[in-house]
Amino acid sequence: MNSKQKKNLIRIIISAVLVISLHFVPVSGILKFILYMVPFLIIGYDILIKAVKGVINRQPFDECLLMAVATVGAIILGLLGSGDYVEAVAVMLFYQTGEWFQSYAVGKSRRSISGLMDIRPDHANIEDGNGGLIETDPDEVEIGTIIVVQPGEKVPIDGIVEEGSSSLNTSALTGESLPRDVHTGDEVLSGCINLNGVLKIRTTKEFDESTASKILELIEDAGSRKSKSEDFITKFARVYTPAVVYAALALAILPPVFLMISGNSPMWGTWVYRALTFLVISCPCALVISIPLSFFAGIGGASRSGILIKGSNYLEAVSEASTVVFDKTGTLTKGTFEVAAIHPKDISEKELLHMAAHVERFSNHPIGLSLKEAYPDEKDDCEVEILEEIAGRGIKAKVNGHEIYAGNSKLMDDIGAEWHDCQKMGTIIHVSIDGEYAGHIVISDIEKPHSKEAIAALKKEGVKKTVMLTGDRKEVGESVAASLGIDEVYTELLPGDKVSKVEELLAQKSNSSEKLVFTGDGINDAPVLSRVDIGIAMGAMGSDAAIEAADIVLMDDDPLKIAEAIRISKKCMRIVKENIWFAIGIKISCLILGALGLTNMWIAIFADVGVMVIAVLNAIRCLGKR
Amino acid sequence: MKKSYKIDVDCANCALKMEDAAKKTEGVKDASVNFMALKMKVEFEDGADVDAVMENVRSNCKKVESDCEVFL
Repeated sequence: MNSKQKKNLIRIIISAVLVISLHFVPVSGILKFILYMVPFLIIGYDILIKAVKGVINRQPFDECLLMAVATVGAIILGLLGSGDYVEAVAVMLFYQTGEWFQSYAVGKSRRSISGLMDIRPDHANIEDGNGGLIETDPDEVEIGTIIVVQPGEKVPIDGIVEEGSSSLNTSALTGESLPRDVHTGDEVLSGCINLNGVLKIRTTKEFDESTASKILELIEDAGSRKSKSEDFITKFARVYTPAVVYAALALAILPPVFLMISGNSPMWGTWVYRALTFLVISCPCALVISIPLSFFAGIGGASRSGILIKGSNYLEAVSEASTVVFDKTGTLTKGTFEVAAIHPKDISEKELLHMAAHVERFSNHPIGLSLKEAYPDEKDDCEVEILEEIAGRGIKAKVNGHEIYAGNSKLMDDIGAEWHDCQKMGTIIHVSIDGEYAGHIVISDIEKPHSKEAIAALKKEGVKKTVMLTGDRKEVGESVAASLGIDEVYTELLPGDKVSKVEELLAQKSNSSEKLVFTGDGINDAPVLSRVDIGIAMGAMGSDAAIEAADIVLMDDDPLKIAEAIRISKKCMRIVKENIWFAIGIKISCLILGALGLTNMWIAIFADVGVMVIAVLNAIRCLGKR
Repeated sequence: MKKSYKIDVDCANCALKMEDAAKKTEGVKDASVNFMALKMKVEFEDGADVDAVMENVRSNCKKVESDCEVFL
């Protein structure tokens, strides 16, 4: 609670106590009026002043004016006859209570959201030369400085580990709860929390350019790209308040005039009272506050899961995703080669892999590396001698006295070994031992563990079509698409073809409320990312290019996060719609009841404050995960 | 040129009014107020005197919403 909130709370309490005690004081006439004016002015003086200022500055249609006119009007009605001033004080009291609650709730959710995104480091440690550390403002650390990050501290600036090893908690950046191990030479990103060892880091960026600062800036700016719902509310509020004021004026004047003309008693008091009730209901704050709050909370909640959404408009649009287009390599597959199958002829699987790995002992080729990865004991005491590297064919080697050939089918043909093909997709390494065919090993770019699940999850979120674009061979692309359950696949595309393919898909959309999403690894997909409705870049930790080009950035490279982004967006949009309908619905029904004289100012102010409170509480639900 | 300023304001509607007032100030190309983050982003026209323009933005905001502050 800040000092303003404290002061207002005290005003509310004093005024409430005064009104209740005045109820038991038997006075009447002008003395009663004066006594009731004390709590009224205590609670309402700032509103009255603001209303007058608003009129002077030609900004009359605000809630202060509405409240001032309604309560002063009620007091005049009291002076003229009824002698009831409680209502005016109560309306002002409830209004201020509502305002107080709103300011408290917004302040609290603002703090809890910024707490969630608490990745901003507050200091950097620099060695002072005598083994001590100096705490410095990270803004003042120059590129290339060695900073020390102790266990429990946040990494303040991006850099490379010079000394030490440790585990880093990256959950604030990626939503990933498993810690990441770093050693000398590894790149570390600001915003991660150092868990156990002391790290000395040579900074590679300035503080403002570091990951943590960039992410925070991105989230804070997200609010300035306004969604359609927010635009609607802004326009609505601009029309609504003046409209209600004129309607109130009409309600106060037209019916009595009509009654007078038709020869009846005009009943000015009744109609003016109804008009004042109208004014009380008219405040649009429930809408104006809850919609941006929902989006802010939704973007905050998503960033907690490692999903950075660059604007409310994208959060809104992604809920309407109907087609999701993927790049294959690096997005659905790992983009690195791995042994997918081992098919020996007579020997054991292990033996075949053993021999093949030895042949690749000195190789740095991705395929050789993947074989050595699959057989980690490669550096055993077997005698390995590479005899010949045959370009475009493979390798000839001597292992423990046996003559081994490892390579493609052409190599097997050359040496006259009888090889057979494999139904598995990928690169096939045939192996022969002493001229005899020994079997083959299939190496392929394997799918990410969550890819299949991700496609299924997208379907569950209502995505109608999934499409995969790849520059890879037809057979490989189609087999990956089939195994993942992707609807359409286009293979052997050059980078330029991807853009034209995406344009074709955009043209196929039946209407503009269906959105086309493209997901890529962000490095060479920039032209496509900027062409589609929503571009998602994944695996963006540290890649500025991806953050620039995409509308939504997934910090890690898990495709399952796409479905999660859609889920968060849908939930957020549901809450936004609930609030719009709920707030407008209650207001309009109260306005109708008010015009018919079926409600009084008490109910009106309850409707106003109550709707606002419920809408704010509902909006905060956007922060939650599910 | 773009700059970001911290602001203080109580209600979302008032933030909208501040945004309008800032946009209408001479020398301001575009402005947007983020009520939740309590930040105002101002894009200045080329060659505008930033400090002088922001003084005007501040006084224009005060005119439409007396209970607000722009921290310069």
